[in-house]
Amino acid sequence: MVKALAGARRSRFAPVLLMLLALLAVGGVYAIAAPTPAAADTSSPDQIAEGQKLFQANCASCHGMSAEGRDGIAPSLIGVGSAAVHFQVSTGRMPMAASAPQAPAKPPQFTAAQTKALAAWVATLGPGPSSPTAEQVDASLGDAANGMLVFRTNCAMCHNAIGAGGALSQGKFAPSLFHTTPQQIYEAMLTGPQSMPVFNDANITPEAKRDVIAFLMEQRADNASPGGANLGAIGPVSEGMWVWIVGMGALIAAAVWIGAKSS
Amino acid sequence: MSSTTGKDLTTGEHGTAGSLVNDPLAVGESAEAFENPGLPEHRHRLSDASPAGAKKVERQVALIFGLSMLASIVGVWGYFAFPMDATLGNVRYSTLSIGLGLGLGMLGIGVAAIHWAKALMSDVEQVDERHAQRSDDQTRTDAVQLLKDGAQDSQIGRRPLLKGALVGAVALAPLAFVVPLVGNLGGTWNVNAMRHTMWRQGTRLARDPDGALIRPEQVTIGSVWHVIPDGLNESEHMLEEKAKAIVLLVRLDPSELKVQPGREDWSWQGIVAYSKVCTHVGCPVALYEQQTHHLLCPCHQSTFDITDGAKVVFGPAKRALPQLPITVDDEGYLVAQSDFHEAVGPSTWERQRPIRGEDY
Repeated sequence: MVKALAGARRSRFAPVLLMLLALLAVGGVYAIAAPTPAAADTSSPDQIAEGQKLFQANCASCHGMSAEGRDGIAPSLIGVGSAAVHFQVSTGRMPMAASAPQAPAKPPQFTAAQTKALAAWVATLGPGPSSPTAEQVDASLGDAANGMLVFRTNCAMCHNAIGAGGALSQGKFAPSLFHTTPQQIYEAMLTGPQSMPVFNDANITPEAKRDVIAFLMEQRADNASPGGANLGAIGPVSEGMWVWIVGMGALIAAAVWIGAKSS
Repeated sequence: MSSTTGKDLTTGEHGTAGSLVNDPLAVGESAEAFENPGLPEHRHRLSDASPAGAKKVERQVALIFGLSMLASIVGVWGYFAFPMDATLGNVRYSTLSIGLGLGLGMLGIGVAAIHWAKALMSDVEQVDERHAQRSDDQTRTDAVQLLKDGAQDSQIGRRPLLKGALVGAVALAPLAFVVPLVGNLGGTWNVNAMRHTMWRQGTRLARDPDGALIRPEQVTIGSVWHVIPDGLNESEHMLEEKAKAIVLLVRLDPSELKVQPGREDWSWQGIVAYSKVCTHVGCPVALYEQQTHHLLCPCHQSTFDITDGAKVVFGPAKRALPQLPITVDDEGYLVAQSDFHEAVGPSTWERQRPIRGEDY
C-alpha cells in the first residue's frame, strides 16, 4: 500500500490532484470559518449612511455622487426604489464590469447586508417600488396554473415557454430564469430592468406575480420534464443538433457497417 | 476532355509529354490504355477459414436474435406492468418500455440478419453481365398488335356514346372525394372575415387573459400590456376572434412618440395600441424591448418601431402593424374608437381590394 502510494507520487497527474485537494481544503475551511453577514430587516439611519458610503465608493463614478445619473453613461436612480437596486446588485448586474449591449448577471459583488444598505439609501432619494415581502414571493402560496396563463401571455415570448431564456436583437437577450430567486423574479417584473418592460401591479397583480413565481418554481422540480431529457428546453436548436449529429450519425454509422466487408 | 486541357495537364506534370497528347489518335488510344484492373483478390473471412470461426459467428447471430426476443418480451411486459392510468410516471415508463422493446426487437432482427449475411453467407465476388433491355422485334410487334386487337374488340372507335359515357364517369367519380376535401379546408370561404375584428366603436380594452378593464393611469411609461377586446372570453368563437383582435398597449413619453399624419387623435396621452399579429405571416409580435421601443416577432425577427407608427425597421415584414385608434370613455376606461382601419395579419392579395359598402 505504502509502496503503491510512493510509486503514484511520480505520476504526472499527481500535481493536479494535489492542487485540487488543496483547493478543496481551503474552500471547505473558508465555508466553515467565514463570518455570516448580519441581517437587518428595517432600514436604520446607520444602514442608510452605510449605503451612501458604499454608493459613493462603488456606483457614483457612473451614476453621479447623488445618483442623479450622467447623460449617455448611466441613468438617474432617483425614484427607482429599493426593488430595482436589490435586483441589479444581488444578481451581480451592477456594478457593471464593462460597457456592453446589456449588463450580464455575474456573481454579486456585495453581501446581502451591503445590498440592503445600498437599496435603503437609494430608496430615500425618491419614492419607487420597494422590495417584496417574503410572503409575496412564497411560491407555495401561489397558483402555478394561473401563473402559467400569465407567464404565457406576458413573459414566454422572450423568456421561452418554461423560462429557459431567448435571444433579442443586437447582442441583447432575455436571460434564463432557472437560477433567479423568487425575490429577484418579483423585482424584475416590478421594475423592468434594461430591455424588459415594466409589469406594474395593475397589469400583473401582486397575487398574479406570485402565481408566476409558483409556475417558474414548478419548472425546476425534479419531475418537470416527464418526457425525459429536455435538452435545455431551448427548442429547435438543441433538438435539431441532436437529430442531425446523433440521429443522422447513427444512421450513417449503420450504413457504413452494412457496406463494410466482414473480417 | 479537350486536347488543350490534356496538354496543359500533361505539360504541367511531365513537361515533355505534350506532343503525344496533341495527337487526336493518341487521345483515343490513351482512353483504352487503362487496363481493367479486374476484381481485387478475394480475401477470406475468419468464418471461411475455420469451422470454429463459423461457429463463433453462428453464436453471435443467435445471441443478437436472442436479445431481440428478450426486448420484445420486455415490450409486452411493459404494456401490462405499467397501465396507462392518469399518473405521469406510468405513462413515461409505459411508453419507454414499449418503445424500447419494439425498437430493439426489430433492430435486433435487422442487425442479426445483416451479420449473418455478411459473415456466413457466400461473399465471393461475381460478375453478371447486363442483358439488353430492348425486347426483340417480334415481341414488340406482337405487343402492339395485342393492344390494337383489344381496342378493336371493345368497339370504342365505332361507339362514341360509350366513349363519352366512360370519360364522363371517370371524370366525375373523384369529385365526391375532392369537393368535400377542398370544402372542408377553410371552414368559411368568406375572405372578408380577415377584414374585421371584434373591435367596435366603444369596445373597452381588457387585459389578456383575465379580461380586467384598463384605465389609462394604470398604463405607466415603460410597461407593456397584452390586450383583448372586452367580452372576448364570453364570445362564441373565442380563439378565432382572439387570433385577430389581440393588441399590444404601450405608453410612450409623448416627446418620443412620432404621431403619424392622419392619426393625431388615435393615441391617448402617449398610449398607443397596435395589432399583435405580424404583417409577415401572422405570428404574435410580442417581444418588446423597453429601451429601444422595438417590437420583435419571434418567428422571423421582423422588427417594428413603436415610436414611429410601428413601421418595419428590420426583417421580412412588408408593412407597419395596423394601429387601433383608442380613447377614454366617460367612465375613465380605455376604449377603441373603431375597428382597425385595415386588415390585420399577413399581406394577401385580397387585402388590396377596396372594401365595398362597408363602414368601420
